[in-house]
Amino acid sequence: MTATPASPLHLAVALDGTGWHPASWREPVARPRELFTAGYWADLVAEAEHGLLDFVTIEDGLGPQSSHFLDPDDRTDQVRGRLDAVLTAARIAPLTRHIGLVPTVVATHTEPFHLSKAIATLDYVSGGRAGLRVQISARPNEAAHFGRRTVPRITAYDSPDTADFVAGLFDEAADYVEVVRRLWDSWEDDAEIRDVATGRFIDRDKLHYIDFEGRHFSVKGPSITPRPPQGQPLVTALAHDTVPYRLVARQADVGYVTPHDTGHARAILAEIRAEQEAAGRADQPLHVFADLVVFLDEEPGAAAARKERLDTLAGEPYTSDALVFTGTPSELADLLQEFGGTGLTGFRLRPAVLGHDLPAVTRGLVPELQRRGAFRRAYEAGTLRGLLGLARPANRYAHAV
Amino acid sequence: MTRPQKQTKQIHLAAHFPGVNNTTVWSDPRAGSHIEFSSFVHFARTAERAKFDFLFLAEGLRLREQGGHIYDLDVVGRPDTFTVLAALAAVTDRIGLTGTINSTFNEPYEVARQFATLDHLSGGRSAWNVVTSWDAFTGENFRRGGFLPQEERYSRAKEFLATAHELFDSWRGDEIVADQTGGTFLGDPEAGAFAHHGEHFDIHGRFNVPRSPQGRPVIFQAGDSEEGREFAAAEADAIFSRHGTLEAGQAFYRDVKSRLPKYGRRPEDLLILPAATFALADTDAEAEELAREVRRRQVSGATALRHLEFVWNRDLSAYDPDGPLPDIDPDVDSDHLARGRAQVRMYRDPLATAREWRELAEANNWSIRDLVIHTGNRQNFVGSPSTIAKTLNEYVQADASDGFILVPHLTPGGLDEFADKVVPLLQEEGVFRTDYEGTTLRDHLGLRSPVTAVQP
Repeated sequence: MTATPASPLHLAVALDGTGWHPASWREPVARPRELFTAGYWADLVAEAEHGLLDFVTIEDGLGPQSSHFLDPDDRTDQVRGRLDAVLTAARIAPLTRHIGLVPTVVATHTEPFHLSKAIATLDYVSGGRAGLRVQISARPNEAAHFGRRTVPRITAYDSPDTADFVAGLFDEAADYVEVVRRLWDSWEDDAEIRDVATGRFIDRDKLHYIDFEGRHFSVKGPSITPRPPQGQPLVTALAHDTVPYRLVARQADVGYVTPHDTGHARAILAEIRAEQEAAGRADQPLHVFADLVVFLDEEPGAAAARKERLDTLAGEPYTSDALVFTGTPSELADLLQEFGGTGLTGFRLRPAVLGHDLPAVTRGLVPELQRRGAFRRAYEAGTLRGLLGLARPANRYAHAV
Repeated sequence: MTRPQKQTKQIHLAAHFPGVNNTTVWSDPRAGSHIEFSSFVHFARTAERAKFDFLFLAEGLRLREQGGHIYDLDVVGRPDTFTVLAALAAVTDRIGLTGTINSTFNEPYEVARQFATLDHLSGGRSAWNVVTSWDAFTGENFRRGGFLPQEERYSRAKEFLATAHELFDSWRGDEIVADQTGGTFLGDPEAGAFAHHGEHFDIHGRFNVPRSPQGRPVIFQAGDSEEGREFAAAEADAIFSRHGTLEAGQAFYRDVKSRLPKYGRRPEDLLILPAATFALADTDAEAEELAREVRRRQVSGATALRHLEFVWNRDLSAYDPDGPLPDIDPDVDSDHLARGRAQVRMYRDPLATAREWRELAEANNWSIRDLVIHTGNRQNFVGSPSTIAKTLNEYVQADASDGFILVPHLTPGGLDEFADKVVPLLQEEGVFRTDYEGTTLRDHLGLRSPVTAVQP
């Protein structure tokens, strides 16, 4: 199968609650009472699909949101609570036709066997539009929700113990993705034969034990779910540092990074490409997207004023791991094209207020990029891999005897 | 025997998606995919069109093996239960969505999140068939391996369910105020707080899914052991039982319902819903013929040999399925050839079973295949639409059950005829709904809302 020619820029949108600004829920467009209904999420994804976006990601976590990086809080003035992202994606899949669905999964406390069949099934119910965004959890309170392992409370971020601990979580996540991927391949595409003459439903020589044995877990296989339509659904991860860059380089199809300028973007890309080479994957396609928080308004100055108003409601200026953009769709298009020149192949935009900034992306930014010939005018492929110009991979076990 | 005068019961009906066993006839030219979403959509919409209470999905977490090989004669493979149910919530409106989820190779926080999410995303239609597993064979697919001793499977299941209930109940349902002007999202800073310190689970913190429309999913139990029955009487809203005959059904029904008072529960708080297979045709005679034909398709020569191996515990592939039974005796010393199956535990005394079967086969001049067909399960209900409607109703009114979970032999169209021809007769009889009266699965099943443990 040949890869579909990719469009010049790829665009994804990161969905989280009512938006990425902590006061976003207070905007009249925000619909905070509907956060736990299917209709709310269906409307957001329909809007993203209307804008021909490549995919949406859905944030998730195994504990309540918090204003602290690693500890819980008891704030009542921000959105708390969320639905399981994989099931939310599955609920939306039959209502959409083209857009990719990429839920967040936490590797640290979950079973790769369960997750592999869940994403394979998301791929079936969406007709080949599934992916996952893998995340680790270093939060002691989330570990206590499972009671199966102790996570030390990180106090000094730069201590060697912390570095070792976090590196261990990322190594485990890499093993996790390895198991998930092997399980997707554990059935060859033509394993189901329905041979009435011999009474055999499957050709069992085309099912494979994955026999994974790692430091953290062993998984035998095969999966209970046949190989999904895309063969390998999309694997993505957010990375801010060398250790997670290595996870991206070893296991991902798309990495999200957080450059603050084009020089920074080039440096990150160089590091990821070097890791990719070290992992022996230099010849394989790997998209690197920049994450940006966006406040978008047509009128010059309006977006910055809106951010200021939201910051006042929140009681503090909004800060992010990613670059925070305020401006017009045309200014954002300029910035994306400038970043595009560094070798980044796309962007994952985090709308500050979903009810406002998502339509600003789909109805403002997208037409602007289309006018510049920098974004698709129609969906050109039937699968998420296809939209990203990624071929359907051969099965790693197909030639095993 | 006289019964006290009582009200006519309403029948509950559910649809079991055809499973990975030889009840499912994949060799029929009409048999469709067991994986493609379109099959699930067809099946669920048929059941909803017929106003069924719920759809039921089974689950197994390791492919079955026999003689060291993956068992290849039945349907193999299924989608992930939660994911396919969430997707079905998008293409259905009222029907309940019941998933079989294992309490051994899962953790309460994650499963509670998944059920609470499914309940939100379906508007209150989720149900959980709680099953256990202890075998190291399945454990090879999971982080902990075969960690749980057999005798602890129910104690873990009980504590798992109790813990999940604590998580569901950690939100009362009134915490989200989302006052956009005043700036208060959460009315209670402690929403979702929980702490459970038990033998199997020692967890604490904050549950992060607010209370769902049903509060808790409807709980099913499927085990038939003494422990299983007691667990159901204490905890379950419904039992998925295997007692499909009138007498066995009545005995089971009496037994389980009589256990309820000691838990302060009423008879109608626990529904008995046996699995039921059927062969439906225009006339009774045609249905009998169809039943025979389906049985032969369910038991191919190859399947007959493998089933005989459950008892003999030897490789019998050299035998002719159309010939006589083996004259050698079962191997009672070796580990069992078949792995990942419940059936093998049914034959407690293989030598006696083998003797009995040889005698049966000789007396009737049966081949191996004939014997397996005759000793295997016949369809529970065979007949014309009116015969089946009448018999189903008789069973329910005679307290052999409160309804049935129908297990058709064809995917995805195996319910079509039942929906079109049997359901209208039950509706005319006034024993089955003509439309949904409520929106949640609890409404359909006539179950009370769960009492919240945490009081405001």
